[in-house]
Amino acid sequence: MGIVIVDGQEIEIADDERLNAIQVARRAGVDVPHYCWHPGLTVVASCRMCLVETGTRDAESGEIKMVPKLVPGCQTPATDGSVFVTNSEKVRHSRAFVEEGLLIDHPIDCPICDKAGECHLQDYHFEHGQDARRADIRPFTSRRRDVGPTVTLFVDRCVMCSRCVRFTREVSGTSELMVIDRGAREEIDVFDGFPLDNKLSGNVVDLCPVGALGDKDFLYKQRVWFMKSHDGVCAGCSAGCSVVVDENQDKVYRLRPRENMAVNKWWMCDDGRYGFHHVHDEARLVELERRAAAGYESIEWSQVPAALEIELSSAGRLAGLISPHLTVEEAYLLAQLLRKFDEEALLALGPVPVQGEDEHYPGDFTIRAEKCPNRRGVEEVLRHFNGGATSLDDVLSQVESGAVGGVWLTGGYREPSLDEGIAQRLTAAKVVVVQDMFTSPVWERAHFRLPGVAFAERSGSYVNCAGHLQSFSWAVRPPTGARVEGSLYWQMLEQPGMYNPRSVLAEIAGTIPAFDAAAGEIPSTGVALEAPAMSPTA
Amino acid sequence: MSTFEPVLLANIGKEKSFTREVYESAGGYTALRKVLKEMQPADVIEVVKDSKLRGRGGAGFPCGLKWTFLPKDHPGPIYFCLNADESEPGTFNNRILMEDDPHQVLEGLIISCFATRATTAYIYLRVEYPLCFERLQAAIDECYEAGYLGQKILGKDFSLDIYLHSGAAAYICGEETGLIESLEGKRAWPRIKPPFPAIEGVFRKPTVVNNVETVACVPHIINRGVPWFLSIGVPADPDNPRDAGSYGPKLYCLSGHVNKPGCYEAPLGITTRQLIDDFGGGVWKGRKAKAAIPGGISMGLLTEEEFDLPLDFAGPGKADCLGLGTAAVVVLDETVSMIDFLHNSCRFFDHESCGQCTPCREGTAWSVQMLERIRAGKGRLKDLELLLEIGDTIGIIPGTTICGLSDGAAWPIKNAIRKFRSEFEEYIKRTNATGYMETEPVEALPIAAHGH
Repeated sequence: MGIVIVDGQEIEIADDERLNAIQVARRAGVDVPHYCWHPGLTVVASCRMCLVETGTRDAESGEIKMVPKLVPGCQTPATDGSVFVTNSEKVRHSRAFVEEGLLIDHPIDCPICDKAGECHLQDYHFEHGQDARRADIRPFTSRRRDVGPTVTLFVDRCVMCSRCVRFTREVSGTSELMVIDRGAREEIDVFDGFPLDNKLSGNVVDLCPVGALGDKDFLYKQRVWFMKSHDGVCAGCSAGCSVVVDENQDKVYRLRPRENMAVNKWWMCDDGRYGFHHVHDEARLVELERRAAAGYESIEWSQVPAALEIELSSAGRLAGLISPHLTVEEAYLLAQLLRKFDEEALLALGPVPVQGEDEHYPGDFTIRAEKCPNRRGVEEVLRHFNGGATSLDDVLSQVESGAVGGVWLTGGYREPSLDEGIAQRLTAAKVVVVQDMFTSPVWERAHFRLPGVAFAERSGSYVNCAGHLQSFSWAVRPPTGARVEGSLYWQMLEQPGMYNPRSVLAEIAGTIPAFDAAAGEIPSTGVALEAPAMSPTA
Repeated sequence: MSTFEPVLLANIGKEKSFTREVYESAGGYTALRKVLKEMQPADVIEVVKDSKLRGRGGAGFPCGLKWTFLPKDHPGPIYFCLNADESEPGTFNNRILMEDDPHQVLEGLIISCFATRATTAYIYLRVEYPLCFERLQAAIDECYEAGYLGQKILGKDFSLDIYLHSGAAAYICGEETGLIESLEGKRAWPRIKPPFPAIEGVFRKPTVVNNVETVACVPHIINRGVPWFLSIGVPADPDNPRDAGSYGPKLYCLSGHVNKPGCYEAPLGITTRQLIDDFGGGVWKGRKAKAAIPGGISMGLLTEEEFDLPLDFAGPGKADCLGLGTAAVVVLDETVSMIDFLHNSCRFFDHESCGQCTPCREGTAWSVQMLERIRAGKGRLKDLELLLEIGDTIGIIPGTTICGLSDGAAWPIKNAIRKFRSEFEEYIKRTNATGYMETEPVEALPIAAHGH
């Protein structure tokens, strides 16, 4: 245990903690402004925005000795007896000087800059800058340079913090970005013929503290102050990166990684980042239909529970194919629902999409080959209901043999997974119920076509490939006609009020030992389910 | 003065002074033989420490002390970098040594490597010195032939290889960690310290970086002894515990408006006036001197009244200069405009700032923009305050930058304006009679292209 003094406040640090002045000041509620420092990148101490005064307190006498010069907070470790002063006149002058310097050549084109509203240069200028310009007035220049398929560079807005350059060297390991020229004529650039083109490229836009790096996918789509941010979990692969979903009026505009040291640290991949457009795809299923004597007829959601109850009760043996895109709570409720109609209903995991192999990056980041967020969570629920494993193939074989009469399939897949092969084997079933986002061969032949929802419209929990459970709430409402899968199960199970995944998870945690750790409040970064209780990765 | 005998320049002027034959005929490589025969590395470090030899590259750090910062009993390689990126404006003493007496440099380097247990040495040579490259390489080749380099040097358990590496014309490569980055093939952005090179330098291994003239002093200290070295120069000020003294001979580069510019060897502590009068033959064209740069442009300015201060490590500081620097004295005669002087100085540092730290990158660029505007007849008195604020803010001394480049940019600004303020004010009032009182920002000049 050590004591660090920040602006007169005594802060305790543990012996094994390795904090710098910025981190320890944050603990004292003091924000030390900085551009170049990022916890996930090497320290270069070059922006000089985080300069503070430092000294040491003698353990014996309690006397404080200050160092005469300013030091960068990012590079100065906080140890027992460290003293930091972040609000002296000297520190304030140095910050104002750095801000002033950065703005000499900055175009100050905030009205047309995507970063406005979440820009460090803007915020720090208001807080720490000079109140008036003292440098000569320059004509406005804002050169734009293409650096890759996903990212564009506004050259004159750059403050040369070099975070993007370090990211491509240290995390993606691709080293496309570099600094050219020297002194005040420095610019970020790429070599001819080697654009910024890697699967982590979008992170450099998040890292950019100013509006220099723009995301082509997001550029000029929204002013950031119109959007609301929601904590979410990326459903693109089984890594389950913590994300922030930025939306305005039920339209998702952007996904950003959310810091989670247990899962994705500060990063996410471009597959996930740009993989939300299907949410607003024109091809989303919104027509609720049941098979009629000739073709299909429209029905209302209010008619669905009763109609399903009649059909499923008379279909004989039932089976459920639970998609790895459903949440833990939905999987649990669907299993309960089918067992309500048929105590021996077969339950199996739906198709698990896999593409290629896991992709590892030098910054200890992995894109998983398994392109669904919750296989492990669904498997754990199924293990509770089934005891042993029932496979997709078992279910389909029993449908073909006539042993199973009613099948409930769930989707949520972005790529066709409920394919012709499955559809062929379902022809003998008396009742086929499908909940899905996009059409598929199974949907084409279903008796009940129930439009389902996308990840940003769901609430609940996913368990990632490492057994880490994260809970999240919906960010946008589903399109008219689609309905959250879980809410239908909730209603059919005659639960009171609105669908409440939180209470379902509490019940799961109390019932299924594998989910013990999910009892109580789930922090925004999730909880690790105890590893021994989890099944080994398939 | 009269008893002073030049040693560093003793061979200069001899025919074929750059060959091993001529060097050895004057007693060359006897120090190396003595060291390898009689001494242990620790003994050499002790001798150099006792001699109070301070680095000749600019900062004046005690050389022996620097060598002791290397980790003891380090199992891996230790590297030695010879800083021959002599790029401080006005400085050419390393060039003289490397062109005309490369074996003196190599002997000092080999002994220094023996002392520090370095087995590989890199000479980082500025690219503008092609003749140095040629002569050093030839001298290195001669040393391999003579058994002064390579495996088991002179039959002792000591091996050394020297590689000559050419820079690419950047001032920042003279900063020791900028040099190391450049040597490793990277952009020469100085590293943050700690760790210092003695702990983590070239290829992240313990490294010593010394200047050419510093190592050239070492053979003479070995040959002539510590008392000889201590008998030359200015002793430490007993009232100042931080003064490490200024001992030994020094190569002074005299240039500018004097009759006989050149590189002259003198005891540390000679005054600017003695240098101009005794060596330089006085100010040219019968004019009077107005000022002088004491040790390379980055050290600031001495006015003519300050010419009697000793040019030792502590002297220029007494006149608010940054220090002795490289002891490159540039004399400005009475016709020189201080506005032009400062503009040229700012232009240099703007061009050479590596661009890593915001205060240096933006401060050097802003200062040259203001001076260009002043010279274009659009100056304001307020600009002088802004220039001084830049000068007082940027640098490793106030702690706002990683390396000392911007201290070098700051000192000429501070010294020129503070020491010649009336000249600046008169110039601004005369050339901008209607606008000199303006305090609001004015329109910038079109950006000029900066070349060499």
